[in-house]
This record gives sequence, structure tokens and C-alpha cells, in this order.
Amino acid sequence: MGDPLQGGDPIFIGGIDFGVVALVVLKVLIGFTFVMVGVIFMIWFERKLIADMQNRIGPNRAGKWGLLQTLADGIKLIFKEDLMPNKADRLVFRLAPYLTVAPAFLTFTIVPIGGLFGTGENGTIEVFGYRTFVQVADPPIGVLFLLAMSSVAVYGVMLAGWSSGSKYPLLGSVRASAQMVSYEAALGLSVVAVVLLTGSLSTHDIVSAQSGGFADWNIWRTGVVPFLVFCIAATAELNRPPFDLVEAEQELVGGFHTEYSSMRFGMFYLAEFMNTITMSAIIVTLFLGGPDGPSLFGPDIIWPTIWFMGKLFIFLFTFVWLRATLPRFRYDQLMDLGWKRLIPLSLAWLLVIGAIRIADDEGWNVALVIGISLASCVVGALALVGASRAGRIRRRAEEALR
Amino acid sequence: MGYFEGFRITFKEMFKPRVTTSYPEELRPKPERAHGRHVLNRHEDGMEKCIGCELCAGVCPARCIYVRGADNPTDAPISPGERYGFVYEINYLRCIHCDLCVEACPTEAITESKLFEFSFTNRADAIYTKRELLVGDDGRPQRLPWELWSDDDEANTSAWVRATASSGRADYEGRVGWSAELGYGIRAPEVGQAGEDAVATADDRHGHGDDVGHGHGGGH
Repeated sequence: MGDPLQGGDPIFIGGIDFGVVALVVLKVLIGFTFVMVGVIFMIWFERKLIADMQNRIGPNRAGKWGLLQTLADGIKLIFKEDLMPNKADRLVFRLAPYLTVAPAFLTFTIVPIGGLFGTGENGTIEVFGYRTFVQVADPPIGVLFLLAMSSVAVYGVMLAGWSSGSKYPLLGSVRASAQMVSYEAALGLSVVAVVLLTGSLSTHDIVSAQSGGFADWNIWRTGVVPFLVFCIAATAELNRPPFDLVEAEQELVGGFHTEYSSMRFGMFYLAEFMNTITMSAIIVTLFLGGPDGPSLFGPDIIWPTIWFMGKLFIFLFTFVWLRATLPRFRYDQLMDLGWKRLIPLSLAWLLVIGAIRIADDEGWNVALVIGISLASCVVGALALVGASRAGRIRRRAEEALR
Repeated sequence: MGYFEGFRITFKEMFKPRVTTSYPEELRPKPERAHGRHVLNRHEDGMEKCIGCELCAGVCPARCIYVRGADNPTDAPISPGERYGFVYEINYLRCIHCDLCVEACPTEAITESKLFEFSFTNRADAIYTKRELLVGDDGRPQRLPWELWSDDDEANTSAWVRATASSGRADYEGRVGWSAELGYGIRAPEVGQAGEDAVATADDRHGHGDDVGHGHGGGH
């Protein structure tokens, strides 16, 4: 923690006293409020935007333009009867909603939502005489923490379905865990490209490294492909359309949360949208420079946050747009896309980036290195296509025999 | 770019006008032949048209109408005929608004308005009696406090039925017979219905010229 440049929030440099603790608590509170308000807004925004895209009006009764609709729904949910199925595993059934909500918020804590980067301040602001990052926490293992938390979220969904003691939730959670586990590989591999370029797992460092301006953003430096893979994998991780097989209403009633009611259901609902916001924030942080952007007028300190919100908003809009446009994947298509397309693609891209990185360090001929790695990618792709075709032919032959 | 065509469409739809109407604030005009809450009509002199024949009750497929006829008191007759509807009840928890009662009625005593926006909190309120069903002295249906009336709900009440029912006039049997005894205006015949005949029928029956359309009833 000693070196101020190498990770770690400068707030801890002078030791931990009461002021530091109070400030951290304050940051947690602000972060939590930010996410909760964001969720309330996001649920309203999604319903309203979907309605717009379907030529409907959408919620318009509670408050101005229906803005208080989410609040009204929340209050309704709290007062609903809390049902527990007879065959449910009572402890796990109660635990599961928390297991989905907590990671959603915890992931958000590592996202820098403001602060001027690329200047002497290096993303810090001064509050009550303490210098601190504009993020709740900056663990040196930031990205690892992100992956860990998205794995824990799988447990929430899986345990919710399993503990309900009912068939639809179980089917939904089996789908969910299969889907989330397979897309987590692609997610992780595309993040590795970012980590490889930055040389650090800390989200603060990742944002710092992109602070040189538009061209320095990781989306360009990693060559767009990891960004696209990450976006697709993130959508699948979130179980949002077109990857919402987990709660395919036509087949599985409500999916893993079929048996949940009252505020326990509310927490799954909350977590879903919290995750959407968090994932968008993570995409912005990893690939779009986080709060990076020019200060236009007024005090400099507000602009990073405005830029961050703006970028976040684009992704939130896109998520809703996807939902309004795309039909749901078929299950085998989903697995095909994950295992046969995204994972090989991000692996190959990682190979190329790694090769370039090493060639850069060692002073090798970069063009030659790129050529060789691309060639091996092509060979790999051909091998993959051949393997899947051989598999398909064999499968068809087996079916013909039957 | 076939993949992105869908995105273009959903984006474009955002700026198109909405098809939804904000219902309670914004009421759509009802179809001209909408079947709604019944009314019991009166003659122009204030006499009730119902003669207590119970044909409506007999024809009702939902059996929601209950009628008892009684002899008219000779000193103060309630209807022009021998008998009158002593009790007249319609249970709106059962009524399916098929309008068969209206077709059956020989005196056009019972017709339907277009009102359907009414609700009750108990069974007793759902059973309308003569007190609620009978039109006022001006021939207009009563607007009860729990009913949401739009202004055109009472216009041309059940003209469709009168267009097909012979209404007791043997010489007009099977022909379009319009009448203006209620509903503030003679409806123009619709496409396919006999034009001049229809208007002539109404004029014939009420002995009015063009101004029939403005008042109800008049000169018998």
C-alpha cells in the first residue's frame, strides 16, 4: 500500500483513523444510493423505452411520467405474502436472493465513477482533507474480484432454483448455471486482453492507462474484438434477452425465481437490474476509459462523472434495445455461440495480443510476429471448423443407424 | 445488413405515435351499435310503454329479466293498454347484452343505450328495477351516480334493433322501420337499408318533417 502510484487508495497512506473509516462508510453509502437510485431509474427506463419501441405508453400513473412506478411496485412487493414452498430447503431458499444481490453491488464498488485521470491528481479528489479515489474500493485484484463476484452470482441463481423443490425453477437454474459458466470463460478471456495491455488488475490502473484520450481507450488498443466478445458474454451473464433462456416464460414460468414471492422475488428483480447497471459500468471502465473525457465548461471535477454516466447510459439503452429487438436464442445455438465461437475467438485474439506484447518487449519483428500468430489462428479456426463438421457428420450417421 | 434491420425498425418505432388511449381520461367513441345498459321507455305523454307481457323475460337466454304484469288501474292508468309492467327487474350480473329482449318487445318499451361503464359492489345494486331503468320525463335515460355516461351513449338507442324488428306494424313487416321515440334523432339508414322507405316510416309514424331529429317524439 505504500507506493501511491502502484494501486491502493491514497486514503490509507496516512494510516487508518476515525476519519478514514467514516469516509469509507460514506463512500459505501453513496455508492449504494447511486446503485439503488440507478436501479429504480433503470427499471422505469426499460419499461418506458420498451413501451416506446412497441408503440405503447408504458407506466404513466405513479408520479410524473410514471417515474415512481418502481417505488410503488417495491412497496407492493414488501406487503405481499412471503410464500415458502413445502419442499423448499428453507435455509438455502432464504439465502439465495442475498447471494444474487450482494455480488451485484459488490462488483459496482470497484468501478471508478469520477475523478480526473491523466493529470497530477490521478483520479483522486480531496474530501475533508483526505485524498481518495472516486470509487468505493480499489482492490489490487480488481478484475479478479469482478470474475469472482460474477461466479458467486451464479450460485445465487443455481441455489434459488435448486432449493425451491419444484421442477421449473430447477430447470431454469440448470440452464442458468450452464449458460453462465460457459459464457464466463469468454468473459474472462476478453478481460485478460485488457489486463495484458494494462499490466494491472486494479480497475483504477486500467482507467489510468486509458486516460490519454479517445484513441487510448482499450476498445481501440485491444482491437475491438475483446470489447464485442465482452459485450455479448456480459449480456449472457446477465441473462438478459436474447440470452434469457433462464426465465423463458413460455417454457419455465418464471425460471429460477418461479417459487419466490414478496420481497424475496423483489430482490431477484433488483439484482437483475443492478447487474445490468454494474455490467455496463464494468464495460465502460474496462473498454471505454471509464470517466475519461474532456472537460467542456464549468468546474473540471464534475465532468468525469458526467462522461461516465453518459457512457453508462449508452449501454443501458443498448441493453433495452437488444431486448426490444432480438428473439430468444435456442439452447443449442446458445451453447454453440459460447463454446464454438466466442471462446475460440477470444482465445485467438488473446494469443495475438500476447504475441504483440512480447514482441514489443523483446524487440522482435512485430509484423512477422503478427503474421505468424494470425496464421496459427487461421489454422486453429480451420481445425475447429473441421472438428465440428466431423462431429456433425458422425452424429448424423449415428442417427441414421438408429 | 440483414442482422441490423430489426434494430433499425425498433429504433424508428420509438418516434411513431402511440396507439394506446389513456382510458378513463380519454374515452373512445363507442360503436354505433354497441349494446349497453337497458332503458325502459315512455310514450310522449309520459305513459310507460311496457305492457307487462313478459316476452322479454321469456326470450332472455341468460334469464336475467323478471317481469310481473298487472292490470292498469282504471282511474290512473300507467300504460296505454290493459296491463302494465308492475315489476321490472334486470340482473346485470347475468345480462349478456344480446338485445333479444329488445327484439322481442312488441311496444319498444325496452331498448338499450350504449352505456357499459357501470359497476357495483353488491348484488342488490346489480339488479336494476323499474326505478333505475325507466327514462325521465324528457325521455332521456337516468344517469345514475355509479354509471359513467358519455354524451352519445343515449343517442339513437338501439336503432339497430328497430331496423330489423317489425315492431307490431303489419304493413311494415320485414322492412326497415325507423322510429324516433327515443334517442334524439332519426338515424339515417345505413348502406343496404331501404333509404326513402326508412325515412318515410319514421315520418309516417310521428307525423313530423325534418325537425323530428331534434326532439323526441311529438305529434301522435
